[in-house]
Amino acid sequence: MKFVDEFRRSELARGLIRSIQQHSTKRVRLMEFCGGHTVAIMKHGIRQLLPATIEMLSGPGCPVCVTDNADIDKAIALARIPGVILATFGDMIRVPGSRSSLQEVKADGSDVRIVYSTLDALQIARENPSRSVIFLGIGFETTAPTVAASVIQAEQEGMRNYYVISLHKLCPPVIKELLDSGEVKVSGLICPGHVSAIVGSRSWEFIARDYGIPCVVSGFEPLDILQCVYMLVLQIEQAESKVEIAYRRGVRPEGNQRALELMYQVFEPCSARWRGMGLVPDSGLRLSKAYQRFDAELAFEFDPGPAFEPKGCICGEVLRAVKTPRDCKLFGTVCTPASPVGPCMVSSEGSCAAYYIYGAAGE
Amino acid sequence: MELLVSDKIILAHGSGGKLARELIEKTFLQALSNPLLAKLDDSAVFDFEGRLAFTTDSYVVNPIFFHGGDIGKLAVCGTVNDLAMVGAVPLYLSLSFIIEEGLPQEDLTRIVGSVQMAAREAGVQIVTGDTKVVNRGSADKLFINTAGVGLVPEGVDISGSNARPGDKVILSGTIGDHGIAVLSQREGLRFSTRLKSDCAPLNGLVAEMIKVSPRIHSMRDPTRGGLATTLNELAAQSKVSIRIEEEKIPVREEVRGACEMLGLDPLYIANEGKLVALVAPEDAEAILKKMRRNTCGRGAAIIGEVQADHPGRVVMKTRFGASRIVDMLVGDPLPRIC
Repeated sequence: MKFVDEFRRSELARGLIRSIQQHSTKRVRLMEFCGGHTVAIMKHGIRQLLPATIEMLSGPGCPVCVTDNADIDKAIALARIPGVILATFGDMIRVPGSRSSLQEVKADGSDVRIVYSTLDALQIARENPSRSVIFLGIGFETTAPTVAASVIQAEQEGMRNYYVISLHKLCPPVIKELLDSGEVKVSGLICPGHVSAIVGSRSWEFIARDYGIPCVVSGFEPLDILQCVYMLVLQIEQAESKVEIAYRRGVRPEGNQRALELMYQVFEPCSARWRGMGLVPDSGLRLSKAYQRFDAELAFEFDPGPAFEPKGCICGEVLRAVKTPRDCKLFGTVCTPASPVGPCMVSSEGSCAAYYIYGAAGE
Repeated sequence: MELLVSDKIILAHGSGGKLARELIEKTFLQALSNPLLAKLDDSAVFDFEGRLAFTTDSYVVNPIFFHGGDIGKLAVCGTVNDLAMVGAVPLYLSLSFIIEEGLPQEDLTRIVGSVQMAAREAGVQIVTGDTKVVNRGSADKLFINTAGVGLVPEGVDISGSNARPGDKVILSGTIGDHGIAVLSQREGLRFSTRLKSDCAPLNGLVAEMIKVSPRIHSMRDPTRGGLATTLNELAAQSKVSIRIEEEKIPVREEVRGACEMLGLDPLYIANEGKLVALVAPEDAEAILKKMRRNTCGRGAAIIGEVQADHPGRVVMKTRFGASRIVDMLVGDPLPRIC
C-alpha cells in the first residue's frame, strides 16, 4: 500500500535496529508524548526490539485520557438537558466520569450521538432546528481547527442551535509543565506527528534549547518510530540537543498556518485542567469573544455536581509518566477494557489499553 | 373492494388482515415458495433422521443495503454458516421480519429476492416465517430473526472445544471485507471503495473440506469481533493457545487502507463469508489444497498453530519478529480522534 508498506518493510526495520544497537551506549529514557505512538510501539512490538540501553516512557498525549473528570461530568450534565443532542467522537462516550458515563446517560434516554467529524454534528443541527446540538470538542491542535471551522460554518449559515464544549488542549504548554515539574527525567522526546503537522516542529525548539533535551518528530509507522529513536540516540550520543523531523512527509518546521489561523480566529488560549496534572496555564482553548454565543457552557444552565477520581486509579500518574500501567494495582484485574475504571483503559490511544490489548507475550 | 396498494409498508401490513395476507403472498411466497412453506401452516412439518443441528440469529445491520449484499442475504448466509461451522448440512430455515412502518415495499421485495437467491445458492429452504410491522422509530427499517436446522453427517464432530496442540490454523481468505464494505456506506462515514462484502454461504466449502478429512477439530466463521475475537473464543473453549503470524494473514489492500485511515485493526473487523478451521497437522495441506479450489476458499492460508502453553491466549508474531497478545474486542471498533 502506497505510503504504508514502505514504512513497514522488515528488512529496513532490522537495519535500523542494528544501527540503534551499534550506536546506543548510554542508558537513555525516551518519552513518546503521543498516544498514537504508544499504540504503534505496543502494536508492532517495538519495545522488544530495542536494546536494553533504551527505556521507553509513555507521556500524556491521549486526548481522551487527559480530559479531567470534572469536564466529563460537565458534558454529561449538558447531555441530560431536555432537547439537547450531544455529539461526540467515539471513545469519549465510554469514559467514566465521577458518577456515570455518556454511554450510561444515553441508555437512560439522553440523545448522545457518535459522529466521525464536525460536519456530521453540523448536519444533525440542520436536521433538528428545534433542538440544541452540542459538540463535545476534545482533542489537541490537530482537532481544534476542524471544530473552529464548524463554528465558522455555523456562523455563516446563521445557525442558532449549534454549540461547542471546548475541552481542547494545547501540547507545548503541557510538555513544558511536565518538564518543569522535575518528576520525570527524559533523555529524548518523540514529538507528536499529527500535532506537529499543525503547530510545526519549531514549536518544540524551546525543549531542545531550554532543557537540553533532543527532540525528533515522528510519524506513526514502525519505520518512522525506529528512525526517530535512531536519530534521538545519535543526538544523545553526540551530546546534541536540537529539533529534527523523522516525518517529513507530514510535518514542516512552520506547520500549517491556515489551520492555526482558523483555530485562533475562533478560540483563544486559556488555562485548562488536565487529568493528573491539574490546571496548566495557557494549555486550553476557549471560544473567543466574537464566537461566545456558540459556547455551550455559557448558553445553558447546568450543574455537574462535585467531581472525584475513582479510588485506586493511577491514570494521573500514568499520564505524567511517573508510573507505568503495570504499576497500577487495578490493571488487568479490576480495570480492563471491558470494565474500565479510568480513561487510559478506555481510549484507543490510552496507555493502559495499549499495554493491555497489545501487551507483549510473556510480559 | 380493491385494497389500497401502498408503496410503503404500513402498520396494517402487520395486522394479520387482508393486507398482511397480500404481503405474504405477493412478497414472501412469490419469492420463497416451496411445498412446506406454501402450506402456510403454523409449523412446518418434516421428517428427519440422525443428529440435528439447530441455530438462531438476529440481523440488525445498518445500512440494510451494502456493496455485495443486503440484510436478507446476510440473514440466510449467517444462519447457513452457523450450521456449517459444526459440520452440519443446512436444510431448513425460518425467517422472521420485524419491519419499521414506512419501509418502501420496493426495498422489502429486493431483500426477499436476495433471500431467495442466497437460499438457492446454499441449497436450503425457507419453510416458516413471520412478519411484524412496528411503529416508525421502534425499529431501524428492518430486523430479521432466523432459525435453522441441519443434519450432522456420521463421524463428524466439530466443536470449538476440540482443538489440540499441534493443530494448524487455516483461514479461508482475506479478512475485514464485510466490515469495511458496510462501514464505507454508513451515515457520516461514507468513503469511496470498490470493496464488496464477502457475505456468502460456506456450507459448500465445508462439505468439501469434510470430504478430505472428517476429522476437522474446530471451525468458526469470524463475524462480529473479527478474526481476533474468534481465535480467542476457540483458544478459551479448547483450553489451548493459538499462535498466528501477521505476515501470513491475508488482508486486501482496500481493507488495509481503510483501516489505516480510520485507526482500526483488520483483525477486529467483521467477515460474513470466511471461516477459520483448526485441523490436525497431517490433514492441513490436503484441506488447504481443496479449499483453494472453491470460490469461497480461494485465498485460504495456514496462518498459525495451536499450542499447549498459556491456555486461552492468542499471540501474534509481528512482521518485525516481535510478538504481541491479540485480545478479544471490547465494544465496537471506533475510529480514532487524533
